[in-house]
Amino acid sequence: MSIQNDSKSNRLRTFPGVQAIRNFLKDTRAKTGIIIFTFFSLIAILAPVLTPYNPNDNNFVPLTPPSLQHWLGTTGNGQDVFSQFVWGARTSLSIGLLAGLISTVLSVLIGMYPGYRGGWMDRIFDTITNVFLVIPSLPLIIVISSYVHSAGPWVIVFVIGLTGWAGGARVLRAQTLTYRNRDFISAAKLGGSSELRILVWEIVPNMLSLIISNFMFGTLGAILAEAGLEFLGLGNVSVVSWGTMLYWSDSGGALLMGAWWWLLPEGLAIALFGMSLALMNFGIDQLTNPRLRSDSLNKKKARIKRRESNANI
Amino acid sequence: MRYFAQRFGFFILSLWAAITINFLLPRFMPGNPAEVMITRYQGRLNPLVLHSLELQFGISHQPLWQQYVTYVQNMIHGQFGLSITYYPVPVISVIENSLPWTLGLAGTATVVSSILGVLLGIFAAWKRGGMADTLLPVVTTFTSAIPYQWLALLLLYIFGFSLGWFPTAHSYSATLSPSLHPAFIGNVLDHAILPATTMIVTALGGWLLGMRNNMIHTLGEDYVVFAEAKGVTQKRLKYMYAARNAMLPSLTGFGMALGFVVGGSVLVESVFSYPGIGYQLVTAVQNEDYPLMQGLFLIIAVSVLLANFIVEMLYGKLDPRVKKGGAGRS
Amino acid sequence: MQTSETMERQTPILEVDHLTVVYETAKGDVIAVRDVSFSLYPNEIMGLIGESGSGKSTMAYAILRMLKGAARVVHGTVRILGKDIYLLSPEELRKFRWSHFSMVFQSAMNALNPVMTVEAQVIDTLKSHRPHLTRLEAKERALELCELVRIDPRYLKSYPHELSGGMRQRIVIAIAIALEPSLVIMDEPTTALDVVVQRSIMDQIRDIQMRVHFSILFISHDFSLVSELATRIAIMYAGQIVEFTDSHSLEDRMSLHHPYTEGLWNAIPKLANRNIVIEGIPGGPPNLLKLPEGCSFHPRCRYKSEICSAQTPELKTYGTYEIACHHVLDKEGHHD
Repeated sequence: MSIQNDSKSNRLRTFPGVQAIRNFLKDTRAKTGIIIFTFFSLIAILAPVLTPYNPNDNNFVPLTPPSLQHWLGTTGNGQDVFSQFVWGARTSLSIGLLAGLISTVLSVLIGMYPGYRGGWMDRIFDTITNVFLVIPSLPLIIVISSYVHSAGPWVIVFVIGLTGWAGGARVLRAQTLTYRNRDFISAAKLGGSSELRILVWEIVPNMLSLIISNFMFGTLGAILAEAGLEFLGLGNVSVVSWGTMLYWSDSGGALLMGAWWWLLPEGLAIALFGMSLALMNFGIDQLTNPRLRSDSLNKKKARIKRRESNANI
Repeated sequence: MRYFAQRFGFFILSLWAAITINFLLPRFMPGNPAEVMITRYQGRLNPLVLHSLELQFGISHQPLWQQYVTYVQNMIHGQFGLSITYYPVPVISVIENSLPWTLGLAGTATVVSSILGVLLGIFAAWKRGGMADTLLPVVTTFTSAIPYQWLALLLLYIFGFSLGWFPTAHSYSATLSPSLHPAFIGNVLDHAILPATTMIVTALGGWLLGMRNNMIHTLGEDYVVFAEAKGVTQKRLKYMYAARNAMLPSLTGFGMALGFVVGGSVLVESVFSYPGIGYQLVTAVQNEDYPLMQGLFLIIAVSVLLANFIVEMLYGKLDPRVKKGGAGRS
Repeated sequence: MQTSETMERQTPILEVDHLTVVYETAKGDVIAVRDVSFSLYPNEIMGLIGESGSGKSTMAYAILRMLKGAARVVHGTVRILGKDIYLLSPEELRKFRWSHFSMVFQSAMNALNPVMTVEAQVIDTLKSHRPHLTRLEAKERALELCELVRIDPRYLKSYPHELSGGMRQRIVIAIAIALEPSLVIMDEPTTALDVVVQRSIMDQIRDIQMRVHFSILFISHDFSLVSELATRIAIMYAGQIVEFTDSHSLEDRMSLHHPYTEGLWNAIPKLANRNIVIEGIPGGPPNLLKLPEGCSFHPRCRYKSEICSAQTPELKTYGTYEIACHHVLDKEGHHD
């Protein structure tokens, strides 16, 4: 019984609790990230409410600059850019988050389970991971999508999700290996817990922040990959997303005609949303890696105190 | 020696994996894409070529393993078939003409962005909590989330069309013929600046952040503290003790980083109509030129794998710990 | 061995005066070292004993002026050879430290740069302080040092990972004495090593000290280790030095001690009637954020009375010893 208790307390010590969440929120960069993330998520969720027009409606005067009727102007095909932008957010964020989720789940399964088991299974999966790590993923995604003609959003989600797990799997495996021989894991083993149980209830909670950060970078990569694929015309170009908006504005020669409003919003939005994920990750990083915590404040204080104490001497 | 054998074995294994992916994809893709392609070209291509296409993409009654053996042999010998887009030019010639451009562009971009990023990362970590350390990571999270194609379009528009400082497409002016003449080389560089800048800007952040975090970690290591105590000069402490060690984990991620740059070069080359591998890949995909596409994918994979292998060899030189059973143990 | 009287007439190598070190934490300031004063004389070996968390390592880092992060000196001075090291400019400090005083760190296993040969690291130390030294001279000195710490010179060309823990520790000691400092601080130099290696390192430290002469501040939690090397011993509890004594007095059942020292002594396993008797000190190390009022040891002390929780005891001299306890004289039966 006491062993079980030991393992619990040991786990709880590293489990991201209320204090951890508070620290996370205190980080300015993480806060900025959350605000930007929430902003775009709300746009995506509220798309039907926010949009004045149907994004596919092409009855407007093409290439009109931003105005009261068209906040972000119109496209060369006579669609309202703002409506496209808002609905595009919905498509792009869903694809990004879903593909990020798939690749994270794969990373956890392929990186953590064999890593925890060890032996031949680990060696095989580690080799597979390393191979996938060095095979360039965007060209692979392009090749796969070209075999699937004008891939819809679902296909894109799976292709991106299935090709993007290797980096995460390697990081998670490495971290799992450091847990394999820790005291609280040995204690749980002695206490008769099954391997899967230990993995799910002892190791995963400890690595939660790493898994979340993995998910964020997975999502970031997926959104960029989606935009790339759609830009090359490899997706279904009639679906409205930030990627297809880039495709149409490029093929419609938006910049040549000076229609900056047709190209700027979606590209900027992708970069900002991606940045918000990376910013939130800074906050998570500081939780898991105390050495990264910025101590500029302490330094400043120390300098003042130092001067005072020198004066005393 | 053992390290070399091990890494070389891995190189061969990954190469085999890339070839196998190429072999399996058209065969197991729903909707039988290869058959669709071949039917489309029926009557337009020479029957002999059509037949070899059928063999290459599995429209045959041979057992799968036999197809596989032939396929692997052909790939190893560089027999990628004929390109349909540039019919009847063999795929290998298209690759020969486009590979140097991509190697030059992506290679330069990788070298510049990694050196610059590593130096900035060292700088940020060393002046911990300073202006650069506060701003650089935030700025670079933005730059590394910018879509390649979008930045490329902006640069193209601003510096190419509006200001007219740089050419807007291709790798050299049509009026010149390739030579080693300074005017031609200057022209090539002129054409490469915008695409290279796009790749450098987007790739810089990853190197910077990685190096900064490793550096901060290393600065807390006992050997750095000990070196500081023993009075090593600040410069030596920064580079020989901290950065020298902090660089090692960045190097192991080199293969992945290179993969990103190569992926990015597909998009960038496509925007600038830069006649490299990436541009050809997009052309092949748009024309459903599967033999060309397969050849290009393989060559992209080989280049990344080779570069990775070279970096691993370099790593063996930089980190004495990878050579097991060194001099001291005897 | 010099007696304490002759030492007192010499100028001290190290003078620590009212040193106070504070860690700034989210939950408030933690005083890790509290008003510590002592001096160390030429060629003297002084032991500093305390549990982990008692502030002994923090004090060592403060003496070295190597405190990092949230820790800082808020009061007091550290003088080495008469120089207040906290008044030196960074460059002066870089030159002064290691040529006159050095330290062997607790984590000697990781104290060597993994990507440089041992020789390069020894030479680096020499050349950093003596830039005019030629490569050949530096190499010769490295050979000498190798001999001094009894390491086969061919290992100079090795990388740290190729050496055993004991060898690495000896290289670290060689680097510490490379510039012939007057003082070497040793912070648990043998904790990471197994008992046999520990033994040989201790013998070597004594041997080297006899041959090249320097003072040692030897920090450890291990009573027996310290008492066989050091002549004078300081006992630290909760950031304060609660007792100065000498190593002989520890075996003397009749000499006066702080109750904490007695507890530590009784906690050493001794063979008595074939049964190993270990007597621990009741309670655990104090929470530095919430130190008890008065004497910080009183909650764990068996002699405590009202005064102990009301008034902090000062160090008082009893013969050649100094003890900070209200009940030194009236408690009965030292060393049960």
